[in-house]
Amino acid sequence: VSERFASGFHPFVLPFLVGILFVLAYCLVGLIRIIIQLPGQDRRRFLLSLITPKTALKNIRDIFCDCLLHVKLWKRNRMLGLMHSSIAFGWFMLIVLGHLEVMIYCPNRIRLFYYPIFFNYFVAKGESTLGGSVLFFLMDFFLLVVLIGITLAIVKRVRSRMFGMRRTTQLSLTDRIGLYSLWAIFPLRLLAESFTAHISGGSFLTVPANWVFRQFLGNDLNMLPTWWAYSIALGVFMVVLPFSRYMHIPAEMMLIPMRNAGLKIRHPRRGFAKLEVYSCPGCGVCIDACPMSVQKANVKDCTVYLNRQIRRKNEKRIDEISDKCLLCGKCEAVCQVGVEGPALRLAQRESRKYSFSPDYSNIPTDPLVKAAKGAKVLYFGGCMTRLTPAVGKAVTSVLGKAGVDFVWMDREEGLCCGRPLLTAGRTDQAEKLVQMNTEIILGSGADTLLLSCPICYKIFTEQYKLPGVRVVNYTQYFHELLNEGRIKLEKSDVCYVYHDPCELGRGCGIYEEPRKLIGTAAAIAEAPACREESICCGGSLGSLSLDFAHREVMTRKALDNLYASRADAIATACPLCLATFKRYSTRPVRDIAEVIDASIVQ
Amino acid sequence: MIDFGFGLSRSAAVNLDEADLSLYRQLEKLEPGVRTCMACGACTATCSASPWSQTSVRKVILALQRGQDPGPYLQNCMLCGKCTMVCPRGINTRHLILSLCRIYRKP
Repeated sequence: VSERFASGFHPFVLPFLVGILFVLAYCLVGLIRIIIQLPGQDRRRFLLSLITPKTALKNIRDIFCDCLLHVKLWKRNRMLGLMHSSIAFGWFMLIVLGHLEVMIYCPNRIRLFYYPIFFNYFVAKGESTLGGSVLFFLMDFFLLVVLIGITLAIVKRVRSRMFGMRRTTQLSLTDRIGLYSLWAIFPLRLLAESFTAHISGGSFLTVPANWVFRQFLGNDLNMLPTWWAYSIALGVFMVVLPFSRYMHIPAEMMLIPMRNAGLKIRHPRRGFAKLEVYSCPGCGVCIDACPMSVQKANVKDCTVYLNRQIRRKNEKRIDEISDKCLLCGKCEAVCQVGVEGPALRLAQRESRKYSFSPDYSNIPTDPLVKAAKGAKVLYFGGCMTRLTPAVGKAVTSVLGKAGVDFVWMDREEGLCCGRPLLTAGRTDQAEKLVQMNTEIILGSGADTLLLSCPICYKIFTEQYKLPGVRVVNYTQYFHELLNEGRIKLEKSDVCYVYHDPCELGRGCGIYEEPRKLIGTAAAIAEAPACREESICCGGSLGSLSLDFAHREVMTRKALDNLYASRADAIATACPLCLATFKRYSTRPVRDIAEVIDASIVQ
Repeated sequence: MIDFGFGLSRSAAVNLDEADLSLYRQLEKLEPGVRTCMACGACTATCSASPWSQTSVRKVILALQRGQDPGPYLQNCMLCGKCTMVCPRGINTRHLILSLCRIYRKP
């Protein structure tokens, strides 16, 4: 291979050159700004993690698997995985091989950004070597891989259902420009390389195409316009990239190391949150996942649109979206990039200013401590359990039958656990309740804190510091009682479908114990969407602004999912889910404690 | 003044013509559900904070409608959401309370 031009330059590379320099500059400035915005402690942690061999290796592996091969996406949806990995990995290989070609054949040009991209235009084929033809074959092969990916992408735009997606995101103008230029890049590259294949050489794609074109065109006049078009398509894509969803390509590569360093969202817009927002690829998987999207009016309140509004700095809509969310966490569970939609909204809620703040200093804790004394096991029902007396009754009945010595600390009166305040963004007030409850629990002298409400359980495991006290959910505790033989269950012929409450399942990762308990006490069926993909009952305290009319539609949708299992009755492990389902369900709804209590044999 | 051991209590009459209802009007815009309250008292009955104070959504709304200070009736609110769940009119009481906390000012 020899060079065709002594200057090694042609004006058609300019659009590409402008684009790539712009993108690189934009990303560099963005990265520096994000690192500056991080709180000092986080920044140190992040920079340290970059030089720690273990996390550094994990970063490289994660970037390779998630950004290029899209392993997570493959596991979730094979068609989408194929599409994304063929575009990303194919393109990556084209760039790598392009650089390899330049390094081998004209190493003095390696410093020019455009040379590896437009290599075929600048060289002429000399003698063929085995190494050369392998390289040319690989170039054509990966171009074919990318073209397959692009074809799939076009099909997906037209028929998203073929890819298992009911709804996709509505694209913004820059997204559209980015999308169409991305579609254009690779067919144009094929054309451009085909027109020059008789000069530069090629392989199984470009050489036959060149032969076909020469049969009816007969001259080389088409060569330059196609190279120009290819360069312009690249340039347009790079210029709109920072303002479109394609920003996720560079952003995700920065997000992965920061996440591996253990960084958390601390500000609704700045630092890590900003990086997460920019990492959103706008794929719209969260739209189908969101329980609110059963109503068309709420589709624009999904995480993908929150990210878009944050990027547009549309404060009014950001507030609306943040308040509406149920915080069920499903969008986070299905997100391939790991954008923490609920945490972004919580940070937004925390940034609010209030002119009135409740105060709990008038509440004396001594009588509450006194009421909690007397047993090793302390049962905290929480507000929701006290509102659904059947749950508390069943729990105490099971404990009584198992011979557990316990005290129900908030049977008469008790404080809230603080989680509702926390989800409303009122962290200071929540912290006061946490302190008061901690005082009561530690003062009681108990060594086990039993909770029958997953909302309480989540905050007790995450925010409370209770040295020497084991915090346990009632499903776990009953499962232990069953294993120790302290309760014996008789299997009934009723078939239950278990509904995973958001806070217990996705929130605390408890999926097995409730199923084992129900499986011992009765027959059990699974709903189509269960475990991590369970659908929120619609009653969640996480939403601040959703009213009953909107919630009802969600509850009915969640019930439809449970009915699909063909079970006789529904069992759940959350008093709030219980109360919500009971309102509309046509089949009996039971708390897991009631199911256990009914089937205990003495 | 001689202390006779009794006094005159201040008149509790509310003159709606003179009451300052601006806070109520503002809240109506943020949470229109407040208009549908029929003062049944289900929220008062279930309130977790009731053992320690007069906290009650019903009284909050009543105070707002009379142009009085709703502060004392919000004092111990823990935002637990029981009032929302029992409200027969389906008022989003948590949103009502949070909205009021944002726009609150002493009349």
